[in-house]
Order: sequence, then structure tokens, then C-alpha cells
Amino acid sequence: MNIVVAMKQIPDLQQIRIRNRKPVLDGVPMGFGNIDKNALEAGVILKEKLGEGKVIVVSVGNQEVEETIKEALAAGADEGFLVIDEAEAAMESSRAALILAESIRTIEEPGIILFGEGSGDNYSGQVGSRVAQILNLPQVGYVSSIEVEGNTALVSRSLEDGEEKLQVSLPAVFSVLADINEPRIPSVTQILKAGKKPKEVMELDDFDMDLDTGARVETVSNLAPESNRKQIKVNTVDELIQSLKTEGVI
Amino acid sequence: MAGILTYSEMDGLALELLTASAAIAEKSDVSVHAVTINNSEQAAALSAAGAAVYAVQKEEIVLGDTAAVAGAITQLMNRADADVVLISSNRRGKELAGRLAQAAGAGCLTDVSGMTLTEGKIICERNALGGATVVTQYIEGKKIIAVRPRAFTPPAQSGGGSIESVDVEVQSTGVKVLEFVPKAGDSVNIEEAAILVAVGQGLADQAGLTEVQELAAKLGGEVGCSKPIATDKKWLSEERVIGLSGKKCKPELALLFGISGQVQFTVGIRDAKIIAAVNTDENAAINYLADYVIQSDMHQIIKEMNEKL
Repeated sequence: MNIVVAMKQIPDLQQIRIRNRKPVLDGVPMGFGNIDKNALEAGVILKEKLGEGKVIVVSVGNQEVEETIKEALAAGADEGFLVIDEAEAAMESSRAALILAESIRTIEEPGIILFGEGSGDNYSGQVGSRVAQILNLPQVGYVSSIEVEGNTALVSRSLEDGEEKLQVSLPAVFSVLADINEPRIPSVTQILKAGKKPKEVMELDDFDMDLDTGARVETVSNLAPESNRKQIKVNTVDELIQSLKTEGVI
Repeated sequence: MAGILTYSEMDGLALELLTASAAIAEKSDVSVHAVTINNSEQAAALSAAGAAVYAVQKEEIVLGDTAAVAGAITQLMNRADADVVLISSNRRGKELAGRLAQAAGAGCLTDVSGMTLTEGKIICERNALGGATVVTQYIEGKKIIAVRPRAFTPPAQSGGGSIESVDVEVQSTGVKVLEFVPKAGDSVNIEEAAILVAVGQGLADQAGLTEVQELAAKLGGEVGCSKPIATDKKWLSEERVIGLSGKKCKPELALLFGISGQVQFTVGIRDAKIIAAVNTDENAAINYLADYVIQSDMHQIIKEMNEKL
């Protein structure tokens, strides 16, 4: 049984600047989202426990994804499966889901397919669910623990008001929580070896795939919210308490 | 727009969706149906609020099996000729949204914080780029829209609703619910607090929380925190995390101590009426997002506030 981890290439959010309320993405380096790294770590831990199979990372992105994948290969993934999609619509969840599902179909014995609970940039959390539907597989989101027992997994779904314990037949799609684990920091040796690990790079044309999803999301604007805060410097606690009283909030 | 369905497994959120559906339906002649699954109490409450309810009663559909719930709603979309489904953007709702969208051939937006009908389009607002921006979007074609809890208020009881029992085929996948363990202990809901006292990584140690809690209690508020305080340091529960992967709060007053103001945090507090920040860093991002700023050691300020309030 192999473990597939779907990871999304996103811009480094710390380096996005806002100019005239618009995000400036030029020159911002790409990387994998933080929760995707939790998904990868969960996959690597499962593989270590099972003592068999491989961890294969699938990702759709622009040319830079060939560089980005090294992060994952250094952090424990065995192989990368990359699809280059330069289209502007590349980031739409429905399109990404179709491409990822098609990629996963080419992988032998995918027992567990892991996603993060949401991508670092959009945090929309749809792609895992869409892939599960396309592949007609059971799914569990917001997973806080996974234990494999033969052809089933015992997983815990963490909801607002409690933990739901489930038994799921494999293969299945799981989206993990950010606090499921602490991703390992790769050693220098692992980083050096990452470049030598196998990776398959595909173009969209390599697939026979209808990318017309019937519906599409149109963006009207994407702007930083305006902040009209007073930004008043106060020097003493007395001054602060007085100000808050004047505002009528305490 | 042909028809609208609403669905949430949470009774309160299902009521909020009625208001949300009214916001997008009032200008067009569309039918609105509220779907309930194995929840006759919710069906009664929705009907009492004026909704036309499709009540599904089928024990084989368990909420833990997202595919089964998505399958049921897809069938009801066909029955009602609905091309819009509003669901709640809580965890179950968000997980359902993607599966339902894929099953129905729909576009999908989740965590939608605002929705208006403009020239026949349902214009949605949601956070993007980790909260750095607010993106305004609409969907061409069938639409699954997951609406953030508390984005709309529940409607007043209006009567005039109806309940129709409907049957669906079960499309189950291999998911079996073994048990549900309710969350013990911290059942705080910081989203409802009028005053929030939030701490970040400027807090020196866990013992310092005592005085933070004392201040919150004095103000009649709740304690919140940035993600690292809960996830990395485990000093407070995840329930108290403010921000992108935590709670989005709209208190009257937010007192922020030792918080630098990264966007992943501020996205959860920027709707507060008044923000006061205490931070040692004169260049901290939070200083530009606050109404009142004290550049000082948070522990000293908390101590003084406790003495003076």
C-alpha cells in the first residue's frame, strides 16, 4: 500500500506585499503550505509504522513546482508526481481536483490519500472532498489521528463540539488538521539527497482529460481590507483605561 | 436562478441560512427549500420560522459519511430543480461543500462572510491569501456556497412554513461511525464574547496566564490567543485561537497583548469595534491595525490594569 500526499504550491505568504490595496506576487517565492506539511508528516509516520510502501507527493503547479517538490522529498517523501499547469485558472479548486484525481489514478495501490485541512493561501478546503468524490472513495476531514488496521483505518474527525471516531475502508481520502503532528525539519544530508529522488513531471497534454467542470468561479476583485484604525499611541495604563471608557467599550 | 436549498446539521446555523437565502432570493422568483436529515426537531424549528422543509428520515444516512449526505442533497437538488445550495461553513459543512459541488457539477465557495444579489449574480466575499486580502467572487453555473457561522442572524419566528417528507436513495461509502466523544472541559465560545483579551508569543510563561484571566474576568470578557500559544505551546485550548484557522471574532473591544499582528491572526480580529494593542516592538504590524497602542512590556501593563480596574 502506498500513501499519496497532495500538496499545493502557494506563494510565501510572509513575503506578499500590499500596494494600493492589491497583493504584489511578483518575485514572491513559491513553497508548500504549512498544513500540507502536516499531511506529508502524517504520511511519512504512517509509512514508518506500516514498514512498507512509499510516500508519493502529487502536486499541480507552475514550472517552479519542480523546485518546490524538493522540500517534500527532503522531508520524507519517496517520490514526486508533478503536473505542470501554467493556466491562470490553475488554482481553481475544481480544476486542481480533476488533475490530482487523474494523477492519483496512475499511482499503484494508493491506500491512503492525504490532504491538509485547507491550503495556506485560500483555506477553502474543497479539493480533498472533490477528489474523494471523483474517485468514489470514502473521506474524512479534520482528522486528528489515523491508525491503519489491515484494509481499514481508525480515524478521528475533530469537530467543533467533539471527536468522531470512525472506521473507514481503504483506500480513502483524509484531510488532516494542522495540529495532528509537528513536521520534521530535514537534515542537510536529506536535503542533498532530495534532488536524487525520483520525480515524474507531466504536462496537461499527457492526460486525456476534460477540464470543463461545468461551473466556474469568477473573481471581481481581490483587495486588502481597508484599515481605518486610529493608531493612537498612549503612554500609560490610566490613559488607556480613560480612552476605552470614552469609547464606551469598558 | 431556479431554486435554492439550504442545509446545516446544526440547528442554529440552519436557521441563519434561512436569512441568507432570503438575502439572495428576495429579488427573484425562486423556490427555497430547507433540507433536514434525520432531525425532526430541526425540521419543526425551520418550519416555524417560515421555511418549506424537505425532511429526510433515513437512518442509513449517517452524518459522518460525507458521501451519503452529499448524495442525498444532490438528489434533492434535482427534485427541487435547485441550482444553489447554501450550507454552513462549519467543519462538517466545509467538508460537505466540496463533495457536493463535485457530485452536482457545481462551483463552490466556502467561508463566505458576505453575500448579495447584484444583477442576478450572487456576489460573495471571502478571505484569500491567508487573510491578506478579501476576494469578491461569484459562481457561473450551479453554486454550492458555504456561509460562515454568524454571517447572518436567524430570522424571527414567522410561521407559514411546511414540512414535506422526502425519500432519497442512500449512496454510502465505507465509513462507519464508532462513537462520538463530546469535547470535555473548555466549551468557551470566544466568537460570542463582547470583550476579548488575547495573548500572543510575547507572553513569557504559562503562569502569566493567571493575570490575563484575571483581567478578562474583571472586564467580563474571555481569553483568546494567537495560534502558537495553543498549537505549539499548548498553554490554551484550540478553542481560543483567533485567526485564519481559528475563530473569526467581532468583539466590542479586543485587548491584544504581545501579539505582533501577522495577517493569519489579524484576519480573526479585524472586525472588532475597538482594538488596543500592547507590544514592545514599535514597528509591530499590529500597531497599524489598532486604535490604541502602548509600547511597553505586556506583563507590566496587565498587572497595572488589574490593579486599576
